[in-house]
Amino acid sequence: MTTAVIVFPGTNCEQDTEYALNMVGLDAELVWHRDTDLSGADSVVLPGGFAHGDYLRTGAIARFSPIMKEVESLAATGVPVLGICNGFQILCEAGILGGALVANQDLKFICKPVTLRVESTDSVLTAAATVGQVLQIPLNSYEGNYITQDSPSHNGDDRVVLRYCDTDGSLTAAANPNGSTQAIAGIANSRGNVAGLMPHPERAIESILGSEDGRVLFESFAASVSSVTT
Amino acid sequence: MTDQETPAHIQLGMTDEEYTGVTDLLGREPRPAELAMYSVMWSEHCSYKSSRIHLGRFNSHQPWVVVGPGENAGVVDLGDGWLAALRIESHNHPSFVEPHQGAATGVGGILRDIFTMGARPIGVWDAIRFGPLEDTRNRYLLEGVVSGIAGYGNAVGVPTLGGEVEFADRFSKNPLVNVMALGILRQDQLVLSAASGEGNIAILLGNATGKDGIGGASILASASFEEGDEEKRPSVQVGDPFEEKKLIEACLELYDKGLVVAIQDLGAAGISCATSETAGNGGMGMDVNIDAVHLREPGMTPGEILMSESQERMLAIVQPDNVDEVLSIASQWEIDASTIGSVTRGPELRVYSQGTLVAEVPAASLADDAPKYDRPSRRPGYLDEAWGREPQIPEHLDAAYVLGRLLDDPAIGDRSWISSQYDHMLFLNTVVEPGHDGSLLRIKGTEKGMAVSTDGDSLRTYLDPRRGAARIVFESALNVAVIGARPYALVDNLNFGNPENPEVMWQLIEAIEGMAWACEEIDVPVVGGNVSLYNQTDGTDIYPAPVVGMLGFCDPMPDQPPRLDRAEDGMSIWVIGQEPKGDFAASAYDRIINANLGGRPLDVDGDMARRVIAATATLAYEMPVLHDISTGGLAVALAEIAFKSGLGFTLDELPHRDLFDETPLRVIAVGPGHSLDTLVPHKRIGTFTGDVLDFSAAGSISLDDARTIWSNALPARMH
Amino acid sequence: MTYTFVIQVDRKPGLSDPEGATTARALHDLGFTGVEHVSFGRTITIDIDAENSDDALATVESMCAKLLANPVIEHYTIEANS
Repeated sequence: MTTAVIVFPGTNCEQDTEYALNMVGLDAELVWHRDTDLSGADSVVLPGGFAHGDYLRTGAIARFSPIMKEVESLAATGVPVLGICNGFQILCEAGILGGALVANQDLKFICKPVTLRVESTDSVLTAAATVGQVLQIPLNSYEGNYITQDSPSHNGDDRVVLRYCDTDGSLTAAANPNGSTQAIAGIANSRGNVAGLMPHPERAIESILGSEDGRVLFESFAASVSSVTT
Repeated sequence: MTDQETPAHIQLGMTDEEYTGVTDLLGREPRPAELAMYSVMWSEHCSYKSSRIHLGRFNSHQPWVVVGPGENAGVVDLGDGWLAALRIESHNHPSFVEPHQGAATGVGGILRDIFTMGARPIGVWDAIRFGPLEDTRNRYLLEGVVSGIAGYGNAVGVPTLGGEVEFADRFSKNPLVNVMALGILRQDQLVLSAASGEGNIAILLGNATGKDGIGGASILASASFEEGDEEKRPSVQVGDPFEEKKLIEACLELYDKGLVVAIQDLGAAGISCATSETAGNGGMGMDVNIDAVHLREPGMTPGEILMSESQERMLAIVQPDNVDEVLSIASQWEIDASTIGSVTRGPELRVYSQGTLVAEVPAASLADDAPKYDRPSRRPGYLDEAWGREPQIPEHLDAAYVLGRLLDDPAIGDRSWISSQYDHMLFLNTVVEPGHDGSLLRIKGTEKGMAVSTDGDSLRTYLDPRRGAARIVFESALNVAVIGARPYALVDNLNFGNPENPEVMWQLIEAIEGMAWACEEIDVPVVGGNVSLYNQTDGTDIYPAPVVGMLGFCDPMPDQPPRLDRAEDGMSIWVIGQEPKGDFAASAYDRIINANLGGRPLDVDGDMARRVIAATATLAYEMPVLHDISTGGLAVALAEIAFKSGLGFTLDELPHRDLFDETPLRVIAVGPGHSLDTLVPHKRIGTFTGDVLDFSAAGSISLDDARTIWSNALPARMH
Repeated sequence: MTYTFVIQVDRKPGLSDPEGATTARALHDLGFTGVEHVSFGRTITIDIDAENSDDALATVESMCAKLLANPVIEHYTIEANS
């Protein structure tokens, strides 16, 4: 069984995501958005990038790709599904997670390391972390501003799993890079098997690149995969 | 004269003599489509007619050069089957007209030059120049250009890893946008552009063709601006990074499967260029059915289709047996493709429309027979007067005050307002990110490292083009040496004014000489370049602005490459290299404190350059911090380390002037211990410690105060 | 008095509209095969306080020329809403 990494036209973080998944012992397979067969997958990741150029609305066209029906079915069965950045945007447009991602507050693309606080370990993304743990992970987006207006996902209420904070773990206005509601950086569905986050944990898995804090998130995902299949 | 009276060739930007050149070559009057093709291919931007004879001065021969100038990108050997492709290009005039799209399509164009060689593009660098930010228009241009580079580069999925910015009054109406790109490939993936094989099929891949940039190459890039150049506006092209991303993936898959014989990207002069060059380079001809080109806009004439500069298009030469598979791969990647022609024995390029021959020209003539002008050159009148305006630098300085003024300059202050808009992490190769002297990238699965720096210095080049250009080369070499790389290959972007002005030609020839000499002194081959002329508005030429893109190489990479943030409490500060010699012409001090541009930059010693560069690259394997001393001198360089490391410093007593002296070939080394093991001249000058930048008797300023000034310099001006 | 204007800013014809082209393709994929062309523009609604409607319109024209539209790649129409 493999982790299916979905590739849309315009996706660009699939290789990096595959690299990170391999590092935590997961076998990844790149799956093209027009495929419809996920029978060999025990988990799914929607990586970062610019699916369909982010045209119309980010994720708006990708959510209708043939593969998304399969992703949605798998999510409903409890399989671990992770959306990173553009992947998170697609999950929201598809209604698999609630809320929406809109333009950063100051209308500029932001590429920089941010600090995140783990708010809940009840998700496939954070199961191996501890509540209150502070992680340094790169943010890289133009539409990273999370808003929620009582728009529940198909599966009930979501929970916040990651928030932007300062290096001490405090939630301050200055620590919120994009104006996200309640400084929300990542959420999960009520069951905990579907998670999405704006920052890129695959960019923080080796010290040579600046931070290894992303590892614990991928290790959570890997642990969730084996606990579902065993 | 009305448009009806002006001859067609004049309207298309050709001279009478050039027109005669065409009629002589063809032995008859040209058909309209033929005239269209010659007008774009023989424009300055495409043909380099004013600079070509001088570019031969560059030396591109070294054993590690696999492809030199003449192809779409230079390619060098990194050993163990790895190759790197590099190129630099300008998109100056379009960026003045529409900064976002001008810069965006500049990025698109340079990326195509890389992946047309078989390489995946893995990095972009931008060297950009504007007028002073006090002027709203210049702020608008900076904002637009940066958003264009970010918008395109981030969306297409290639990290932008560094660059440089300069502000000077002569760039107000002539901003410069130079973009460099780097790609890597395995040896067996290299693809060239020469079409071969009679009967092979020419397939146009990518965007539908519209009226974008019609006349762009010939009109925009080859002419100076007058105020209110409304009619030149419709020529601006709009970029689509999404299309380009699909094109990159489709092409890489085609190469992987060995399905293309040759390939060329479509840039300036569009289909005219791609068809004639692939055919001409292969010594062949081509028959083209212009009606087969997939169009966005109905009713375009053959001439318009031939001249169109619609973006995100490639021309692939494919064996007939492979055509179906190529079309299928294109379709899978949701890219349009049309079969537009076939390779013939030649030598003609023949273009048909509705069964009628609309153009028939010798394929190679469009590129090879372009005029080559030996324009007159004359030593400029301004030089002696400028040299007479010697920089006045007092013996006693208030270092805190001067440093504060320099750090507040938007070209010296923190540039993260720019760099944080660019994705610099994609592909997980970035070992040294924007904000240091150069970029350092790893090649995963190997110990190899590639370092890149882009450098320019227009004021120094204005005061002495030969010395200025040579110094840019040495500075760029040091910028890669400080991260452990040896300077390996160079691409140059020569941005100059109107070549019909003999003083500009003199600047160009001198700069080429200086650059070529410096490259030879340090054994760096010039593997490609770009020339942008006619950067002049209302009779005022820009300062001569040659830009260097330097590729450095190391194998193995240092375990812990030097970085500006690795200074620790108690570490010693050394300066290695040249003694300061009172070199203030075109210095930040003279520009900012004295508002003067004068004096003559000092000469540079090639032997010293070799020694300092080599010593620096060696020290990179042990020292935590290495930093090139350039704009703003020692004081600014130390401050930059202080800000990144979060630590102040105390200096020994030094002549005050030495703090801001810009003598080249000087490097700061910071590390533990009290002695430095290196054979080049060096001197210990202080210690990193505390929270004050202490210049001894010259004064001091708190780390926080200095950092606040530095952090706000650019953002405050952009609100 | 308050006057309301609705401004439509559109890309000049002839220029490439990648967003339009991509959306058209997506619509075809969803079965809307009759779609021939898609282009994108923006609607801007402005409430402005002015002496009279002529003054108000003149001011809005000026806003369009200076900021709301990029004359290099866009054109605009202004409609008064009472």
